[in-house]
This record gives sequence, structure tokens and C-alpha cells, in this order.
Amino acid sequence: MSDFVNEFWNWYVIVTVLVSVIGCAVLLWVQSKANFTAGKTCGHVWDETLEEYNNPMPKWWSWLFYITVVFSLVYLVLYPGLGSFQGVFGWSSAGQHKAEVEKADAAVKPLFDKYLQMDLKAVAADKEAMEMGKRLYLTYCMQCHGSDARGSKGFPNLTDADWLYGGEPELIVETIANGRNGVMPAYGGNPEAVGGASGAKEVAHYVRSLSGLAHDSLLATKGKEKFETACAACHGPDGKGMHALGAPNLTDKVWLYGSSEAAIVETITKGRQNKMPAWKEFLGDGKVHVLSAYVFGLSAGDKQ
Amino acid sequence: MSETQSNYNYKVVRQFAVMTVIWGIVGMAMGVFIAAQLVWPDLTYGIEWLSYGRLRPLHTNAVIFAFGGCALFATSYWCVQRTCHARLFCGPLAAFTFWGWQVVILLAAITLPMGMTSGKEYAELEWPIDLLITAVWVSYAVVFFGTIAKRTVSHIYVANWFFGGFILAVALLHVVNSCEIPVSLFKSYSCYAGAQDAMVQWWYGHNAVGFFLTAGFLGMMYYFVPKQAGRPVYSYRLSVVHFWALIFTYMWAGPHHLHYTALPDWTQSVGMLFSLILLAPSWGGMINGIMTLQGAWHKLRDDPILKFLITSLSFYGMSTFEGPMMAIKTVNALSHYTDWTVGHVHSGALGWVAMVSIGSIYYLLPRLFGKPEMHSVKLITVHFWVATIGVVLYIASMWIAGVMQGLMWRAVNPDGTLTYSFVEAVKGSYPFWTIRFVGGLLFLSGMLIMAYNMFKTMAGGKTEDAPVLAPAGHHA
Repeated sequence: MSDFVNEFWNWYVIVTVLVSVIGCAVLLWVQSKANFTAGKTCGHVWDETLEEYNNPMPKWWSWLFYITVVFSLVYLVLYPGLGSFQGVFGWSSAGQHKAEVEKADAAVKPLFDKYLQMDLKAVAADKEAMEMGKRLYLTYCMQCHGSDARGSKGFPNLTDADWLYGGEPELIVETIANGRNGVMPAYGGNPEAVGGASGAKEVAHYVRSLSGLAHDSLLATKGKEKFETACAACHGPDGKGMHALGAPNLTDKVWLYGSSEAAIVETITKGRQNKMPAWKEFLGDGKVHVLSAYVFGLSAGDKQ
Repeated sequence: MSETQSNYNYKVVRQFAVMTVIWGIVGMAMGVFIAAQLVWPDLTYGIEWLSYGRLRPLHTNAVIFAFGGCALFATSYWCVQRTCHARLFCGPLAAFTFWGWQVVILLAAITLPMGMTSGKEYAELEWPIDLLITAVWVSYAVVFFGTIAKRTVSHIYVANWFFGGFILAVALLHVVNSCEIPVSLFKSYSCYAGAQDAMVQWWYGHNAVGFFLTAGFLGMMYYFVPKQAGRPVYSYRLSVVHFWALIFTYMWAGPHHLHYTALPDWTQSVGMLFSLILLAPSWGGMINGIMTLQGAWHKLRDDPILKFLITSLSFYGMSTFEGPMMAIKTVNALSHYTDWTVGHVHSGALGWVAMVSIGSIYYLLPRLFGKPEMHSVKLITVHFWVATIGVVLYIASMWIAGVMQGLMWRAVNPDGTLTYSFVEAVKGSYPFWTIRFVGGLLFLSGMLIMAYNMFKTMAGGKTEDAPVLAPAGHHA
């Protein structure tokens, strides 16, 4: 693909670059033909004492200058530089990247293919695979989920037994391979039913009551009714959530955005948007499989 | 006109010279502070206007434009009057450049910690300040070239070519790169988009190095080195060739900041090649400066000002060799985004720019305050050694840290995964960041010694302007 809208700019670049590179050598050559009188000044004096010797330029320096010019001209023949001319070697940075990736992929493919054939739970029990999984995790996942995989605000803890989309092996693969879009609409998409900010406060107290947190029982009772209209469709009538929608269980002690009244009111009134990116295309099935096994293994110890 | 045409205008030189030392301390203290934040990340926990991201641009702006800028104004105003044998053109306008520039610096010191930024490196200041910079810079050009125009000698001294080139190029760079669309008093967006925006930014960014931090300071070198050495410039012809080659090739070198990015391959190649061609023109200045000492090497032994000037040229030679090497794509693949770049920049900024400025200001201060020499010449020597050890610690630690980071980032296991997570490279850098902090602290301490020496020299000094000298008779 050409970088130029038409041939004029292509030739404009070619001519300008060549004239400029060669021009440097011409400047040096012309100036080195001047009349030199080594050890004598040019005859001008400024500010009482400032004078200049009429010495020639050092030979080694002139040669250094010429060599860089010659190197540049040779480089422009071999590599891209003169407009859309690709150079004799046909090199491009995109091509170099592609070749390196293909070489690396070919080298590691058998390794990951071996694990792809295995059941995910078996991979999770394989020591070597888990070391690879950990390295994959530390390269691609720790930026959000943390180097200890315990997550942070908005980023789920992967070491506990609580799963937004389910902790079955195939569900973890699905989450990593295709990503997830977590959407909690403001007021559960039903502002009238919740009844504005004051209603949100009531719902928040009810939600806190679900997991046994301190709450005002009068507000919670009012909130329960609103919860059943606006929230239960996703979080379930008992508030235990729904893996298919990624709706969190509200009855446990795990809080993605905090459990304070203010945090819950903010979640209700503004909604939440969350995104787990899809990795299938970037990592390929083999790496996703090993990584999923590693994530499965992280919480397998304390499965309910 | 009320000003006496028979005297040089020393007032504006005096003002800029004193502020060079003050802003040097402020800018370098800011650098030491953010270097400390890298060692102790919780140093200013929770205070957003003391956070690294806000203070780093303040550090770069303060050392480049406040410290370096004041040094350039002071030395160029001194040099252009004395080598043109004419009083500075238009005194009130020269005074405006001083006060205008100080206002720019103060506005930077207020707006950057508040988080107001256009997001362009070394051009972070928002559009109203950009306009003020333009006004000051145009005035600077009028004063400088006005003085050249009223010179009483026929030939223009070489230092003035470099100062003149620097003033014109910086005007061009600032205006083109700061093209922006204001959306409010404190926010604007660049006129350019995508790869074009990046290319314009680094055309500006690298030429800020090439013209602000190189051509301008070469002008300084061409006046103060032969003056202090008492020897003629080594080769007039070398200065002609390296001047034109330098100002021409620098304009092409910007793309080496964007290797292996969305910038087209041909643009990257051209940027790399002109960076390599730049090696000889850069070294031309170093050769001309150092060889000026031919026959007077003994002066280096007991003249600390000359020590500063000649050491600065050695660092200049070193960093202008390192620069073209780092511009080579395969070297850049290792060095880019690491502390190697930071080390390279400071070998230029501390070793070259700061040291040549410090030497020149030490030359100027006694002459500006009617004293035979600085209050304490011994303290200049102390300053020299403290500063030199500081620079060496700084750049050596950054070289090691940079190469280590580059190698750790690219290390790969047989299974294709990275050998080191990013945070492991951070952990490995800690000892070197500590050494860098110490190096910076030493350099800052040197500036405090200089400030003490300066105020002692100023005390009881006479602030009279010297009479304009008649040009020496030409002996062709």
C-alpha cells in the first residue's frame, strides 16, 4: 500500500532526500577547496580578542562525514526510504514482525497443542503446564487482576470461589477466549420503579441486608419491593445472581465495587460498565486453554 | 531615546544571568524530587498536584526553558552586543523579553501541577501561554537581529550565526507544533491527528534538542571558550561547514523517536540516516571548541571555568555520538522506552547544556557586577567536581538500568512467554534509581554552591554598564 496520494509526492520525497544527502557531501567538498593558511588567523577581530584561525578541517573528520553520506546512499538502495521504493531487500517493519511472530508460533505450537488435547482439569494438575500458565498470566492478565490474582475494584478476584460467569472449565475458557461485557444499567433500567435517589437508598439498604450487613430495616423493607420490580430479573428474586448474565450474587461477602451504602447507591443510580477483553484471536486456542486451566487451578483449592 | 547609546545594555544580561541560577536550582530540585518518587513511590501519596505525572513536565520545562532559556538570553544578549560593537537594539523590548519570559515560567509552574496540559512533550503549556511565548520570542528576534543590523563591524561573528539560527528555528518549531484548537481557556486540542500529529510533535521535540539545546549553546561555546582560553577559534572553515550541515540535518532527524510505530517505514529510515549524518556536523563543534585550547592546555589545570567549558564539550561529543547510535533501528529496538534514553538525555542536559551554561555564567557574573573575579574561585572548583561526579553517577546508573530493562523486556522462555513480568524489571531498577537520585542531588548541591558564590559576588558590586568598544582595525 502506498503512503502517497499520487506519484508527485513519491518523487518529491525521492528527489528531496537524494539532493539533501548528496548536498551534505557537496557542501563539505566545496568548502574543503578553500585557501587555507594553517596557524594564521582570518584577519577579523571581535570584542578585542576574538579571532579565528584559517586552519583546514581535520582529515579524519571529513572522512567520517563522507562515510556517513555513503552509508546513507547504500542504505537507501537496500531498504525503504526513497518514497514508495521498497529497497532491494524488500524489508518492511510489518514484514519483520510477521516473520518473527510466525517463527515463534511455529516453535511453541507443538507444546501448547499437547495440552489442548488434554482435559482442562488434567492440565490444571500438570506442574509444567501450570508454570507456563503462571507466566502467561503474569504477561497478559496481571495488569487488571493483579500479580496475586486477587483483583481490585472493578476487577474480579480470581482466587476465591465466587464466579460472575461461572467457574466450570468450559465457562472459564469462554470468558477468556471471547471476553465478557458486564452491563448493569442505571436503576436496573427502570428508574420509575426505583424512584430516584431516595429509592436507590432504600434498595441499597435491602441489598446490604441480603448479605447480613448493617442496615435500616424500615428502609430495607421499602427497598425489597423495589428490588423485586427493578433488580430481580437479573439478580434473581433471592439476590443470588445469575451466571448467564454475569449478574453478581448479592448475598455473599464479595463486592466488586464496594459494599458501603454510598458505593451501592452509586452502582444503582449510575449503573456499571465492565469489560473483559477477548483473547482468542491474539493468543490462540492452545494458550487460552493453558491459561484457563491456570485460572481454574487458582481457586480449585477452596471450591465449595 | 533615553538610553545611552555609548554603553552596552548590561541590565537585561544581569537579570537573565541571576535568574539562570535561580531557575536552575528550582528545575533541578524538581528533578531530584521526582527521582526520589521513583525510589519512594509513596512520598506524596494522595496529593495529585505533587504526583510524578504532573511534576515531570514541570521539571523538563523548568530546566529546558527556564534555566536553559535564561542562560541563552543572558549569553546571547551579552555576545551579540560585544561582537557587534553596538548597544542592544530597543532596550524596552529587551526588558519585555525578560519580564515576559518570567511570566511564562510562573504560569508554567502554576498550570502544570494543576494538571493543565496540551499533552505534547516539551510543549505541554496551554494555548494562552503559547501565545505569550510567541510574543516574547518575536521580540527576542527583533532585539537580536536589530542589534546585528546596527553592528559596526562588517563580519558577523560565528557565535551569532548559531544564536540567530536557534532563534529563527525555535520560532518556526513553536508556531507549527503549537497549532491547536482551543475549546476553553485552559484546554486545546492539536490541529494534527494520528501519525501526522506524532511526526509533527517529534519534528518539534528533536529540534528542541537540536536548536534550543544544541545550536543555542554552541553559540555560547563559540564566545566563551575562545574568550576564557584567550586563543583564536581553531578553524573558521570547520565552523562554516558544521554550522550549515548541523542546522540542515537536524530538521530531518525527528522520526528516530518513532521507530517501529505507525509512521511509514520510509520516514523512519530517512530519520535514522540523517541522524547518522548528523554525527560529523555535531562533532565539528566539539573539535572546534576543544582544539581552540591547542597551545593553552596548561590553563585547564587551574582555571575552573575552563574546566566546566571543556568538560561540557566532552559530554557534548559523547552524547552526539550516542544519539546517532541510538537512532539506528536495531539499537533503538533495545534502547527505546528504557532508562537508557533518560541517561542519554541527561548526559546532554547536565553534561553539556548545564555545564557550558554554568561556565559561561561564572565568566559573566564578575563582569556584570564590577568585580575582578568571583567571590571564591575555589568554590567554582568545588562546584565543578561535585557536578562532574553527579553527572557520572547519573548517566552510568541510567545506562546500566536501561540496558538491563531492555534485555529483561525482550527475554523469552522456550514456551514463548516472557521471562520477566514488567514489575520484575521495575524491581531490578531500584538500586540504579537510588544512584541516579544521589547523582542528581550532587548536581543540585553544586548549583546551591554557585548561588552562594553568586550572591557573595553581587554583594556591594557596581552595576554600571561598560562603554561600547570601537571595533579593532581590520588587518587583512
